[in-house]
Amino acid sequence: MEYEDGIRPPYRRIAQWIEESGAELLLRRREEAEAIFRKIGITFAVYGEGGDPERLIPFDLVPRAFSATEWAILDRGIRQRARALNAFLYDIYHRGEIIKAGIIPGNLVYRNSAFLPEMIGFDPPGRVYSHIVGIDIVRTGPDSFQVLEDNCRTPSGVSYMLENREIMGRMFPQIFSGGPVRPVEHYPNELLRTLKEVAPAGAEGDPKVVVLTPGPFNSAYYEHSFLADLMGIELVEPQDLFVDGAKVWMRTISGPQKVDVIYRRIDDDYLDPLTFRPESVLGVPGLFDAYRAGNVTICSAPGAGVADDKAIYIYVPEMIRFYLDEEPVLENIQTYQCGKADELKYVLEHLEELVVKEVHGSGGYGMLIGPKSSKKEIEVYRERIKANPSGFIAQPTLDLSTAPTLDENGLDGRHVDFRPFCLVGKSIRLVPGGLTRVALKKGSLVVNSSQGGGVKDTWVLQE
Amino acid sequence: MLSRAAENLFWLGRYMERAESTARMIAMGQRMAMLPGTPGRSEWSSVMQSTGTVLTEGEQATELDVVRQLILDPESPTSIQSCLLRARDNGRAVRTGLTQEMWESLNEDWRFLESLDEQAARTQLTRVMEWVRRKTAYFKGAVDTAMLRDEGYDFLRLGGGIERADMTLRLLNVKYFLLLPETEVVGGGRDHYQWMSMLHAVSGVRSYHRHYGSDYAPWNIADFLLLNQIFPRSVAFSYNQIDASLTRLEKFHGGTHRCQRTARTELERLNRIDISVIFNEGLHEFINEQLAKTSRISKEVSDAYHF
Repeated sequence: MEYEDGIRPPYRRIAQWIEESGAELLLRRREEAEAIFRKIGITFAVYGEGGDPERLIPFDLVPRAFSATEWAILDRGIRQRARALNAFLYDIYHRGEIIKAGIIPGNLVYRNSAFLPEMIGFDPPGRVYSHIVGIDIVRTGPDSFQVLEDNCRTPSGVSYMLENREIMGRMFPQIFSGGPVRPVEHYPNELLRTLKEVAPAGAEGDPKVVVLTPGPFNSAYYEHSFLADLMGIELVEPQDLFVDGAKVWMRTISGPQKVDVIYRRIDDDYLDPLTFRPESVLGVPGLFDAYRAGNVTICSAPGAGVADDKAIYIYVPEMIRFYLDEEPVLENIQTYQCGKADELKYVLEHLEELVVKEVHGSGGYGMLIGPKSSKKEIEVYRERIKANPSGFIAQPTLDLSTAPTLDENGLDGRHVDFRPFCLVGKSIRLVPGGLTRVALKKGSLVVNSSQGGGVKDTWVLQE
Repeated sequence: MLSRAAENLFWLGRYMERAESTARMIAMGQRMAMLPGTPGRSEWSSVMQSTGTVLTEGEQATELDVVRQLILDPESPTSIQSCLLRARDNGRAVRTGLTQEMWESLNEDWRFLESLDEQAARTQLTRVMEWVRRKTAYFKGAVDTAMLRDEGYDFLRLGGGIERADMTLRLLNVKYFLLLPETEVVGGGRDHYQWMSMLHAVSGVRSYHRHYGSDYAPWNIADFLLLNQIFPRSVAFSYNQIDASLTRLEKFHGGTHRCQRTARTELERLNRIDISVIFNEGLHEFINEQLAKTSRISKEVSDAYHF
């Protein structure tokens, strides 16, 4: 939709600010911002690519803005989706109504590698499985948003939401005066409140909550320590915890201390070697037993990953109708399942127009972007799909919205997506904001930080 | 507090102190090697030996050996590069226990350190050593200004105190064989410069003169480095810090631990003993015995606090 000056209303204030500052000052400020990021060590790691093990995610100074009206839609849609995903998880680990009703094929659920039979029949506190739901969203038209994928395990990136705002506030305090932008700084408090709400019924006094990290060599370690710090709770590694009498304890300098809630940032596979991976030396032996005995809450629940599988994604709108009896606020992207013969046929005939992804892949690896690929790349990929059709899904290349982004020549449009972080405890909480990722390469559609993506501050404007 | 966090802070303290002390020792070796009339080899050998490197008989260390082993060796727990990188790793593992500035001081310039190679280290040895001292000073300043005086602080200081006692003892060992002649050191001679180099290494030239008001006498210098109550790099002073940290930790957590008793006994001994007694019984023996005590305390600390 075009406006008289070509600027969408949410961006008016930003446009004015850019005009007043001048591109040169902005470029200089960008360097300062980078130096600050480097100095405080906000880095992430990419495995298997060599090079610098601790990288910075490029930060674009021009914020991405949502109007109050746009946010009202997003807010409703995100909460709705988070509720439905949790209802789905409860269902599949109990009666499986949605499968009995013929809405989702049972084999997609029960034969999914993320499905944990150990969880069947178990009731996690509050019936919550995914306590932090990260939903990747793109804007496809005025007031119209679509969901790219759901992240129900341990979505990362929230530290950027907080740090990006912090940096913007430090460098350009004047644009925040008068409060035009809704704050996000209370996210850690909301997170802690959520985690305490799902403490086991038997926890005495103020529940003891910890963040469980695989350790400093994990790519998101900075975020783990950052969140623990802001919540004022301990950041523990698996070897800091042990199980005794089906209870979880952490080793402290004055002896063992009981733990009630674990916000884990490690995969299911590495939680408990006794239950999940006998050969693993990682994890906390006996943790799952303590969990099943109701003595500790693990957030997100083991087995929550079924809900964010790309093969399940297709059915989320149906879930919303089935469990909530509501119409979905946020639509899915049209998706072809290569496991279905007719859809496979369509995909193979239209590879040069489609984006094809591995069902279990993540992070933008192993995908084919038809319009950007050579004939040869397409042919190689075609063979991969044929070898294992049900391992792939395909989506049309989207007319993704772009947002103004600073490059060497000034401002130019770049593709963006958006990940809000929805908190699910006894109630559902959503801070107005999230992580905006931007494909810094002109024309690129890949926003993943491992592939040349950057980040922006995200503004949700007041009425 | 997590035992692992206590351990990380303890070693953070040790590694930062060790990096600084090694830089000081190298600076001393450099000064000594520049003295007129010396081939410069024995000084580098002494420096290597005092950091625990075993040299075979007749083997003489060179500046290149020092650069390789004491600055760049990634395996050695004493090389400056590995001390600073390990300090950073330990700091990284307890990010939540550090102030922003402490982390910045550890994180800053580490790419410079990583990229440091033989060529660069040799041609800019002085500059590199000064950089190490600035970096460690920045870290200590950050600790001093803003770190909460909680148990984490005590573990950090404890590690620093133990390492400093250890390194001062080792520094003195560099020249122990030259301490044997109990005569005044004649101004202008080679000994004179060697003693001065040692005092330079501990930033103690002026303090020494102010305190003893004398020329360089071996027993005064030994007294200064071992028993002086007000010089912050002396062994007695370091033990004072160890004792204070351990006492505070016991106050925080109740209970009594062997490490505190050992440290207190040693501190009292250092406060009581006269330097002439040490010389009579053998300085080298005293130093070695004290090194063993110091490492025993370190071991007892990890027993007491479960790491």
